[in-house]
Amino acid sequence: MRHLLALALLAGGAAGGAEPARSGFDFMSRPLQAMQRDDTLNPGMLWVQDGLARWSQSAGTAGKSCADCHGATPDVAMRGVAARYPAWDETAGTVLNLADRIALCRRRHQHAEPWEPDSEPALGLAAAVALASRGLQVVPPADPRLDAARSAGERLWRQRIGQLDLACADCHDRLAGRRLGGSVIPPGSANGYPTYRLEWQALGSLARRIRNCMTGVRAEPLAPDSAELRALEAYLALRDRGLAMESPAVRP
Amino acid sequence: MSTRALVTVPKFARRGEVIEIRTLIAHPMETGHRRDSDGRLIPRDILRRFVCRYDGETVFEAELHAAVAANPLIGFFTVASASGKLEFSWEGDNGFAHTESATIEVT
Repeated sequence: MRHLLALALLAGGAAGGAEPARSGFDFMSRPLQAMQRDDTLNPGMLWVQDGLARWSQSAGTAGKSCADCHGATPDVAMRGVAARYPAWDETAGTVLNLADRIALCRRRHQHAEPWEPDSEPALGLAAAVALASRGLQVVPPADPRLDAARSAGERLWRQRIGQLDLACADCHDRLAGRRLGGSVIPPGSANGYPTYRLEWQALGSLARRIRNCMTGVRAEPLAPDSAELRALEAYLALRDRGLAMESPAVRP
Repeated sequence: MSTRALVTVPKFARRGEVIEIRTLIAHPMETGHRRDSDGRLIPRDILRRFVCRYDGETVFEAELHAAVAANPLIGFFTVASASGKLEFSWEGDNGFAHTESATIEVT
């Protein structure tokens, strides 16, 4: 394994960053691409189905459903929303990703307990909301309040971590498209979350995916709700600017 | 949570036309061979049987085993014979049972 990594690193080209963003979709096999393209094959649609049902279920002591405020289906009111997140939230006074924002809405307007991060209902609703932005370009907001988080995120991206002493940038900028063992190294695009991963046999959030990678380099993963993880997500959105939203995407 | 399943059946078809049917169902398909973090065997929980009936007549049937991935996709073809109802049923361990239906108009 160490030899493989060393070889892969030696074979790497110049540092990336200036080229236009690329989606992990382009690095997948044709059958997997077909699975994502066709909603009747994409298992992520099972979560969307669940999320759409929850959209119109009233919840909490306020007895309100998402539909009561935002309309019968997410596809109008939520169009483009997922493409803007993570974003700065005025009331929370911090950077929130889409799942955080949904949790906040549950607390604030439905007076309901937010779901556990990465629980089935949380993923379902996030998938249904994100689907409303499918095909739209990722547009990180031009909000100076996000700058601190974005630069902190970029620092984390370039920070070597773990026993393998690797930074995200080492693989996903410099070696994207090359192989690590049998797997193609993806460019680290975050335009398809929540994503159905074959490895997980389930839908999962970007936070889960990043923590997964951190465990992979044998580092201590960041807490799922930590400011550092939100910073990294904010930087990734910036890096993905202009890519088409793919949620719910399918990945190996 | 209630069971989630998606079935895709063409709404219309010509008589005698070969139609493709696709079904997806949310199921863990736990093999019974894996262990949890404490080393205990995770009990098997898989789908065992899938049946599709077209106006009551069985047109497709499958037995599922432990090697099938989670959230199984089952796709098959049949001949559109008459307008009617297609019924899909899945049965599995721990008394799992789920049914979906769809209608097709044949001209």
